Amino acid sequence: MEWLQQLVNGISLGSIYALIALGYTMVYGIIKLINFAHGDVFMLGAFIGFYAIARWDIGFIPALIISMLLCAIIGVIIERVAYKRLRNATRIAALITAIGVSLLIEYTVIFFRGASPEAYPEVMANKSISIFGASISSQSIMILAVTIVLMILLQFIVHKTKIGKAMRAVSHDADAARLMGINVDNTISATFAIGSALAGAAGVIFGIYYTRIDPLMGVLPGLKAFVAAVLGGIGSIPGAMVGGLVLGVVETIVSAIGYSLWRDAAAFVILILILILKPSGIFGKNAREKV
Amino acid sequence: MTEKKTLKRFASVFLASSLIVGALAGCSSSEEGTTTTTSGGSSSGSSDSSEVIKIGANLELSGAVASYGSSIGKGAELAVEEINAAGGIDGKQIELVKVDNKSENSEATNAAIKLATQDKVTAMIAPATSGNVIATAQIANQYKIPTVTASGTAPNVTENEDGSINDYVFRTCFIDPFQGIVAANFATELGAKNVAIYADNSSDYAKGLAASFKQQIEANGGKVVAEEAYVAKDVDFKSTLTNLKSKNPEFIFIPGYYEEVGLIVKQARELGIDVPLMGADGWDSPTLVELAGKDALNNTFITNHYSSQDPEETIQGFVKAFEGKFNESPNAFHALGYDTVYFIADAIKRAGSTDGEAIQKALAETTDLSLITGTFSVDEKHNPVKSATVLEYVDGNQKFNSKVNP
Repeated sequence: MEWLQQLVNGISLGSIYALIALGYTMVYGIIKLINFAHGDVFMLGAFIGFYAIARWDIGFIPALIISMLLCAIIGVIIERVAYKRLRNATRIAALITAIGVSLLIEYTVIFFRGASPEAYPEVMANKSISIFGASISSQSIMILAVTIVLMILLQFIVHKTKIGKAMRAVSHDADAARLMGINVDNTISATFAIGSALAGAAGVIFGIYYTRIDPLMGVLPGLKAFVAAVLGGIGSIPGAMVGGLVLGVVETIVSAIGYSLWRDAAAFVILILILILKPSGIFGKNAREKV
Repeated sequence: MTEKKTLKRFASVFLASSLIVGALAGCSSSEEGTTTTTSGGSSSGSSDSSEVIKIGANLELSGAVASYGSSIGKGAELAVEEINAAGGIDGKQIELVKVDNKSENSEATNAAIKLATQDKVTAMIAPATSGNVIATAQIANQYKIPTVTASGTAPNVTENEDGSINDYVFRTCFIDPFQGIVAANFATELGAKNVAIYADNSSDYAKGLAASFKQQIEANGGKVVAEEAYVAKDVDFKSTLTNLKSKNPEFIFIPGYYEEVGLIVKQARELGIDVPLMGADGWDSPTLVELAGKDALNNTFITNHYSSQDPEETIQGFVKAFEGKFNESPNAFHALGYDTVYFIADAIKRAGSTDGEAIQKALAETTDLSLITGTFSVDEKHNPVKSATVLEYVDGNQKFNSKVNP
């Protein structure tokens, strides 16, 4: 049952991409900014979780919550300090700022703690369960469970709460939303908070699953998640989830058929193909550009 | 006005971001950045230069591979101290001149020039990594200063691509292909016929090891059933490992560095791959144990230059002396640095002079020199022919397994 094993491998990898991709897509949906610092919030989340577990000896769930809370605050600070004043600037200015923030976070962490990698402490027993000949580790099941819970929670927030309604309204038309009495600035901050919290959660999960974390760990997963978001249709929340899972499975298939060195290339070939053939992605709407 | 505002903005961005990271990193201790200070080494009785033999040490004391360079420096310091205490070389004291090459090729060249022209050293300890040694080779040849690297294992350190030999460059360690051969013979000894190779495709070191392993295992009558590769900084190896598992290898050779190998070992065990795994000196780091976990590392083996648990008397004597001076157990780099000084000192003694050409000749003629990392003779390519040690990981500790002679 090798294909089943590979499918499990692909879904575990894909759910981490999906969690990071959600933050990209939410931020893009609301202010049309590709937040390249998002991968670094993911890295900060992994380190916060690491220090919480290693120093205070707390379990997985408390560490996850602490990391999500701090990442939400960090996300809001980044938005208020770096992006808010660029709201009416050209898009390219905001994009370059995002890359600047990303480098600033990476190298400030290196400045304070060095570039050496850190090994995540083992917080939960890792047993392998054998199902139909595929060995599934209890950690992969946990990753999938946490990812699903967070996604359901996100769907609930976006569709059933007042702030979710405000987010959808601002994303649709910020000026009209402001006229309707919605506080656009607070809504954007809330979006950054939720997206960054999800990145923080992804960081802790990544640390537990893959053990090794370092200050530049956010770069490649960040780019992959960006591909996932574009694949699913940037701005679309279900698109980010599906895009992440599809990307994880595709990468696994590429390795499984013996082209492991082409795995990263495959992800970016997908990006290029999507941008050429269907720029709106799987779930994207074919919205006409407003003039 | 606007200028002032921009400045304020910049300051606030900077402050806020450093706050974020400061809050996070505040809990980490600041053990990084302890660079060893460059010192003149041991004291010399008189300032008359003819009474002192200067040995330059061009080492990675800061930068990416600082731990390699500073370890070699410590080993060398101990050796110099011992030789001086025993009366020096023909009554002359040794002075160790350390220069930091910051783990960079261009700095390594500059450091070599400084040692050759300003300090006018008799011999040099070359940098720890092969690339940096190569960057100093031309200077060594030009100024006729015998140069010995403790740990530069790439074949092209002493032998140029056109087959010519770098006359003044030598080494104390064995070369990469040898470790692959040792690993292949070890696999055969374990009774493994069908083996797999999973190599780091981004490092010449790992590719060289994989090639020599493959050649030797086939010569031993074994079969390579799968050959896969990864690149540095990868984190997910499960899909490739699942592939490897389906080929049912009895032994997997994984040449690479500890950062990735730790994860490969962990993920392989999670997928139920319980066959012996083997690597080389690139695995040798405490971080490997943290990444892979103690249990996953059981039934894994590495080849290395030496083991501090080797029961041999001379080795235990060195371990005791080293622990007495530095309060830590000596690793392979410490031992190689120590041996390098003895290797050079032996040649100077036999040459009977501090003339570069005479020492170069003596180094090349070294036969059956008995040192901590093995007894060796230097071959025509300036490589020592010496034994390798096989270590086994047992509950996270390296255990001496066997010594393999070439």
